[in-house]
Amino acid sequence: MSQIQVKGLYKTFKVAKRSAGLKEAAKSLFHRKYEIVEALKDVTFSIDAGEIVGYIGPNGAGKSTTIKIMSGILVPDRGECRIMGRIPWKDRVSHVREIGVVFGQRTQLWWDVPVIDSYELLRDIYRISHKDYSKNLDLLVNTLELQDIINTPVRQLSLGQRMRCELAASLLHSPKILFLDEPTIGLDAASKIAVRQFIKTINRERNITVILTTHDMNDIEALTDRILLIGRGQILYDGNLEDLKSRFSDNKIITANFRGYDSIIDNQTIHSLGATVVSCSRGRLTLKVDTRICRVADIIARLSGVVDLADISVESPPIDELILKLYKEYAI
Amino acid sequence: MKTYFSVFRLRLINNLQYRAAALAGVATQFFWGMMHIMIYEAFYANAVSTPPMSLKQVVTYVWLQQAFLVFIALWVRDEEIFNLITSGNIAYELCRPCNIYGFWYAKLIAQRLSGAMLRCFPILILAFFFPEPYRMTLPPSAMSFFLFIISLLLGLMVVVSISMLIYISVFITMSPVGSMLIISTAGEFFSGMIIPIPLMPLWLQKVAYFLPFRLAADMPFRVYTGHIPPAQALTGMLIQLIWLGILVLTGNAFMKRIMKRIVVQGG
Amino acid sequence: MKLYFRYISILLKSQMQYRASFLLLSLGQFFVPFSVFAGLYFMFERFGNIRGWTFFEVALCFGVINMAFAVTECFARGFDTFSRLVVSGEFDRILLRPRSTFVQVLGARFEFTRAGRLIQSVVALVWAAMNLSVKWTVPKIITLVLMVVSGIFIFTGIFILAATLCFWTIQGLEVANIFTDGGREMAQYPLSIYKKWIARFFTFIIPFGCVNYLPLMYILDKVRENEYLYMLTPLLGMAFIVPCLFIWEMGVRHYKSTGS
Repeated sequence: MSQIQVKGLYKTFKVAKRSAGLKEAAKSLFHRKYEIVEALKDVTFSIDAGEIVGYIGPNGAGKSTTIKIMSGILVPDRGECRIMGRIPWKDRVSHVREIGVVFGQRTQLWWDVPVIDSYELLRDIYRISHKDYSKNLDLLVNTLELQDIINTPVRQLSLGQRMRCELAASLLHSPKILFLDEPTIGLDAASKIAVRQFIKTINRERNITVILTTHDMNDIEALTDRILLIGRGQILYDGNLEDLKSRFSDNKIITANFRGYDSIIDNQTIHSLGATVVSCSRGRLTLKVDTRICRVADIIARLSGVVDLADISVESPPIDELILKLYKEYAI
Repeated sequence: MKTYFSVFRLRLINNLQYRAAALAGVATQFFWGMMHIMIYEAFYANAVSTPPMSLKQVVTYVWLQQAFLVFIALWVRDEEIFNLITSGNIAYELCRPCNIYGFWYAKLIAQRLSGAMLRCFPILILAFFFPEPYRMTLPPSAMSFFLFIISLLLGLMVVVSISMLIYISVFITMSPVGSMLIISTAGEFFSGMIIPIPLMPLWLQKVAYFLPFRLAADMPFRVYTGHIPPAQALTGMLIQLIWLGILVLTGNAFMKRIMKRIVVQGG
Repeated sequence: MKLYFRYISILLKSQMQYRASFLLLSLGQFFVPFSVFAGLYFMFERFGNIRGWTFFEVALCFGVINMAFAVTECFARGFDTFSRLVVSGEFDRILLRPRSTFVQVLGARFEFTRAGRLIQSVVALVWAAMNLSVKWTVPKIITLVLMVVSGIFIFTGIFILAATLCFWTIQGLEVANIFTDGGREMAQYPLSIYKKWIARFFTFIIPFGCVNYLPLMYILDKVRENEYLYMLTPLLGMAFIVPCLFIWEMGVRHYKSTGS
């Protein structure tokens, strides 16, 4: 029995339409126009305990709607959802006690008081035993290096520091599932790495299931093995990240450094190689190879026949490109 | 000039968008008007001696208060301006090609005018159809009505110039709410919002006449009901103009000094 | 319950950060009801009485109602400013915590500056009590306390109802003012000064009559028999909060099915 089971979720919203201009505004005084938005259409998937799942999709695709339903604060029109055997919106209190949610843009801490005060209040709200609380707190403070900032009011913290405190706050009550909504948004590189490290660690050590929504594909690459792609309310892809890469990467990037005085290889030669030039400078050539047409090994062989290769590297295209292609394929 | 008009238009559109809010506002003010009238009625029922203002006049006074509340209340505040001051983004405003005092002044007037436009008509029209004694009465003469309109607008300008001074004081204290609350409470009282000025004891009336607050509400309303006859109304308007001159000149002068200080200090 | 006190301490800490503005606001909060009270005084000076009630009798009523309102404003401010919680998405966070929404919203915000109003109403109450020719026996004092407590319950109920509106719309909330501020202004006067239908509304629908009229009659020795019944009417007033809580839960359910 999977920890999280979602079957056939449907959800529509009624949004009031607002139009511009004085005449329209006066009309709207008497007659309201509504727009029906289908946020979720037959969403189905299941997640086992301990998985890290990346939940991606363009804005407005239905990600936050699904997360809200799974955390129990939104009721779907149709469909089933069972998390750890419970229906989230029906058993709100007992369900919520076992999950943690971090919103990248909104804080769950009290703004003007030191972080530690917020933690203590959370301890009382979640009724965590003093023993568990001190144990968790010590662990989190050490792993996330919060010693210096734990006595500072939240409003004085930088975004990176705040995010670390948020993560700690969401784990104080030892939840089994963690929902992360854009946790690395706006963070600098060092903080992003710290956050990713941390998530990997707690997933490994405590077997906490992590569901991550993000637009930063590097998060996805660093953390997840499984991807759920949602577009216009429907699940379009549910599977392995590696499979996705091999399915959609139809090209590779070859960067070659070579010796020799002639810095310019004429275009004819390159075309004969069967690749397109990305950049060409003194002693360095970057090619994009369409793997559907020719093999990387062939290109390298031909290249070494033309120039004196000093160094060569082969890379997949950046994952953002991949995702874009994915979106295009599914027309979202 | 165009900017002032566009602010007005924008506010009006904004107000219309929130139709529930508009209806709610009107309903609320009806309630307050009715409530005050009921209380006055109860007082007047057992009057020991003839009060200086008849109940009919008080009723009209109350309805005018409610209809033009947005004009005369001091606590209507512009969040934008407050935030500008407290956050120090004032530098952006300084870059604009118009006199800051004038610009903000016009903005505040536009705000109040557009707010009042929406509310005053439904309230006043319906108030004419209420059963006695809640009914509103017509002014005793066309002259009174005409003078009422003018003194009302002059009063609006006086109120805005007072609130300009309050905004300017925020520059010094950097805290919007504290100074506002005490001044607006006193201002409300002395503009006749709690009890009409003629019903106050004489010594208090003298204080009220000394202050400018009555010029926005009490004076124009009593011009309407004829309690202040046209001749006195003209004197009243003169006083309004004098106060207006003093407040605007002081406000402008303060503003210039503070702007200078800010430019020098760098905000 | 302990949780509630925790909320209080954390919010007190955060509000004390802004000390100067705190004091100024409290002072302002004193003057607002003070000016109304002054108006009341002057009206009585000119008119003598209001449908048979004298100044100090009405002042007693005034004090009780304003005390109840001040305490409610201070402690149930979370409901008063509930629209803020909905708009900012903070209510979602409340739903994500394993506690009742009622306690959390109650603990969301305190407005200690309302102590200004509280002080003013206590002064008014004491002044009235001293000047009334009433013998203050223990039952009467108990009744007075019950009146204030009952008033707190009623105002809290009204605040809850007003907040529940936010689940359906965040516009037009001004109407709620009719019942909060409006309710206060009306209840400041003993109900008998109003027309019949108003008095009935305020006895059966929003039971202010159980706070400011019936027990008041008892305290001022205006009743002859069944005195104890009059003493206990404030308890009826407290029951008002129960249907309000039901309506609140309905509102939460609606919020969960329509999202934010």
